[in-house]
Amino acid sequence: MSFPDPIAVFRTEAAELLEQIEAGLLDLNVNLGDKDQIDAVFRGLHTLKGSGAMFGFEALAAFTHHCETAFDRVRKGEVPATQALVTAVLEAKDHMRALVETPAGDHEATSEALLANLRAAVDGAKSPGVHQAADVPAQTLFKIRFSLPQNAMANGTNPLPLLDELRELGECTIVADRSAIPSLDLLSPTDLHISWNVELLTSQPRSAIEDVFIFVMDDMQLEITAVQAATAAAKSPERQETPIQAAEPVAAEPVAVSAPRVPAPVTAAPAPTDAKASKASENVRVPAEKLDELMDRVGELVIAQSRLSQLAGGSGDLQLRAVSEDVERLSGELRDTMMVLRMVPVTQLFGRFRRLVHDLSHETGKVIELVTEGESTEVDKSVIERLADPLVHLVRNSCDHGLETPDERRAAGKPPAGRIMLSARQQAGEVIITIKDDGRGINRERVRAKAEASGLVQPNATLSDQELYQLIFQPGFSTAQQVTNLSGRGVGMDVVKRTIDALRGTINVISHPGEGSEISLAIPLTLAIIDGLLVRVGAGRYVIPLSAVEECLELSIEEDMRSRGRSFISLRDSLVPFLRLRDLFRTGTKPDPFQKVVVISTGSERVGLVVDQIIGDHQTVIKAMSKLHHDVATFSGATILGDGDVALILDVGHLVAEGQQQEAHLRAAG
Amino acid sequence: MNEAVRKISKDLWDGRDELEVLTFDIAGEMFALEAVIVQEILDLLPETVVPGAKAFVGCVINFRGKVIPLADIRLAFGMEATKPTIDSRIIVIAINIDGEPVLAGIRTDKVHEVTTLLRAAGEPPPSVGMRWRPDFIECLVKRGTEFIIVPNLNAIFAAEADRTGSSISHGSAQR
Repeated sequence: MSFPDPIAVFRTEAAELLEQIEAGLLDLNVNLGDKDQIDAVFRGLHTLKGSGAMFGFEALAAFTHHCETAFDRVRKGEVPATQALVTAVLEAKDHMRALVETPAGDHEATSEALLANLRAAVDGAKSPGVHQAADVPAQTLFKIRFSLPQNAMANGTNPLPLLDELRELGECTIVADRSAIPSLDLLSPTDLHISWNVELLTSQPRSAIEDVFIFVMDDMQLEITAVQAATAAAKSPERQETPIQAAEPVAAEPVAVSAPRVPAPVTAAPAPTDAKASKASENVRVPAEKLDELMDRVGELVIAQSRLSQLAGGSGDLQLRAVSEDVERLSGELRDTMMVLRMVPVTQLFGRFRRLVHDLSHETGKVIELVTEGESTEVDKSVIERLADPLVHLVRNSCDHGLETPDERRAAGKPPAGRIMLSARQQAGEVIITIKDDGRGINRERVRAKAEASGLVQPNATLSDQELYQLIFQPGFSTAQQVTNLSGRGVGMDVVKRTIDALRGTINVISHPGEGSEISLAIPLTLAIIDGLLVRVGAGRYVIPLSAVEECLELSIEEDMRSRGRSFISLRDSLVPFLRLRDLFRTGTKPDPFQKVVVISTGSERVGLVVDQIIGDHQTVIKAMSKLHHDVATFSGATILGDGDVALILDVGHLVAEGQQQEAHLRAAG
Repeated sequence: MNEAVRKISKDLWDGRDELEVLTFDIAGEMFALEAVIVQEILDLLPETVVPGAKAFVGCVINFRGKVIPLADIRLAFGMEATKPTIDSRIIVIAINIDGEPVLAGIRTDKVHEVTTLLRAAGEPPPSVGMRWRPDFIECLVKRGTEFIIVPNLNAIFAAEADRTGSSISHGSAQR
């Protein structure tokens, strides 16, 4: 077992924190008074600062400290949250990312500039103190008694910064309770034996005190009693900016001899390990390939188990049967749990675009509203990661080329705010991700002219809209008259095309001049789990994605005979063409006496598939087909059945296309 | 694994005088594959025919939860099909196709042993007197009175991947 590099772990953690902070800030941008979001952002900054200091990212910690301070003041209601502040912190956040990635780089100047910005934002916000209480808040004397668990320091908690934080809340007297310190021979240098009694005179509410202990709360004992209320002297408003190093030596220090000091260059280093430990129950980071391995093992287990049940069923041994049934149940549950592990909702993916759109709207001067839909749609994690890039290009494209400026929009009789809609849904074993805008749409003539100019299309060739729009995905193709900061170099769409091709997906473009365009990406759910209908054709078993199945019916002998000449049946007064899979797959077997028709739908069309037998529904783990079979488009993948056999999964769309080709051949022949 | 693949494609011997191989029979001829690319030797497994796929890789099998193609080397050498016997085995190998490692099974009539081939006993494929495509053969190694064929898997898989298979639409057109 190897331990990951702590710096790398910190980087991943920091990236996550930054993402949370960003999400919080963006929410805040929409609803400035949202107390929960303010708290969330503050907590994120706080943790980032603490862990940064712990892992030696001094510059990051120092820089983050200022942002945290600003947000602390917002949190306490001293300054209201403003757009300017949110924007300043957003920019600062990007700088933090840079500090995390290249701590050694020269960031001084940027840091200074951003901080000046931040200060300006805070000062600008201060004057009309909506949140500020009119009178000086009453001060309360709290008696606080707290003790940390004995192993707290071994876990990385340092009590001293906690005391410092308490001191920042108001005047306080701290007395260490040394009664629990054992005699020297029993004293372990890494254990914490001291507890503290604190008397704190503060204008802050009780929750502020609890916040100090927020990261260690779970394991510690904390008693807070309000002793008296007193209207006392005015507080110093700039208190939070007290330089860290100026903190006086802690009263408890002389007795804390046994404690090896955890490096804590900045105040309020929240015990990062503790924070992590309490989070550990919620999230564990596992490399995706390990999940794949686990999935394979579970697959093998299920197969071994089905052999066991066969044996047990064959023998009369009741005890063996009981065990076998237990194993069957357990492995079934294990498989179900396993299947959902790799799937993640697209929320995470869509979340990134809120920031992008926010920035783009600033850069382009357009008012852009981003609407997302179907965020709970689950997609395999690796697919999500690969989709991020193409989606960035598409969204940028929509913002830059698709949407008009507010003036143009007003002139066209549209609301001034442009709207971009990101949606995701599952359909027939695919995830459809749609980027839709209500801008000017794709300029057909300009695409055409450009295509002819670059020799992609013959001047007199007739092209369908779809064919024409697909041209925009050609490398180097851009209709933008000028290359802007955002797009127009003709690189982006090419990337989109390549990525989607690599995922075996398809791109569909719809555009209405003046009304907007819509680009749909249909990505097969590789490795995802689908509900399938297991059927038998000849000797082979196949899985039809259940989402595509409309209904099943029997193909009567008369229909079968009659349909030699025509391959369609009438289904509730509409004609449904059908394909005989036995012929299509050339099984060379005789048809079963009672053949079934599985009616599937592919978007607009309904097609019947004639199979020999319908076995039942089947939870299907999709396994990708080997590279050697990539030319076989009729199947989107394979799955392993309970008895260990492989069943192929039909790609309904391709199958229907194949059927149409077949019809064309027949017509040509006949 | 990748290293092994690279060696085979560059030079089988790679400056060495000896080579560890696994020997097996297909249709009465003895073949050998470098032992390091062999992942596993399996008893025959239920095969699933892939309609529309090329005959060379017409089936898939379940190899420990992975669906892998089963390749039929006989087709590359124009050999007769043989009935499965009690000795028939599938050798699972890892090869490199377009820079990606791919697992594939090879159907064999009998697997013999892991043995050492001497470079000194090896000969390049003769230019005449052989009905097999010379580029499919890496070398022939003499052992006793017999020859062991060391096939060039990369060439075989590449060539077979190019060959157009019996696609579904062809079949339906004949109907």
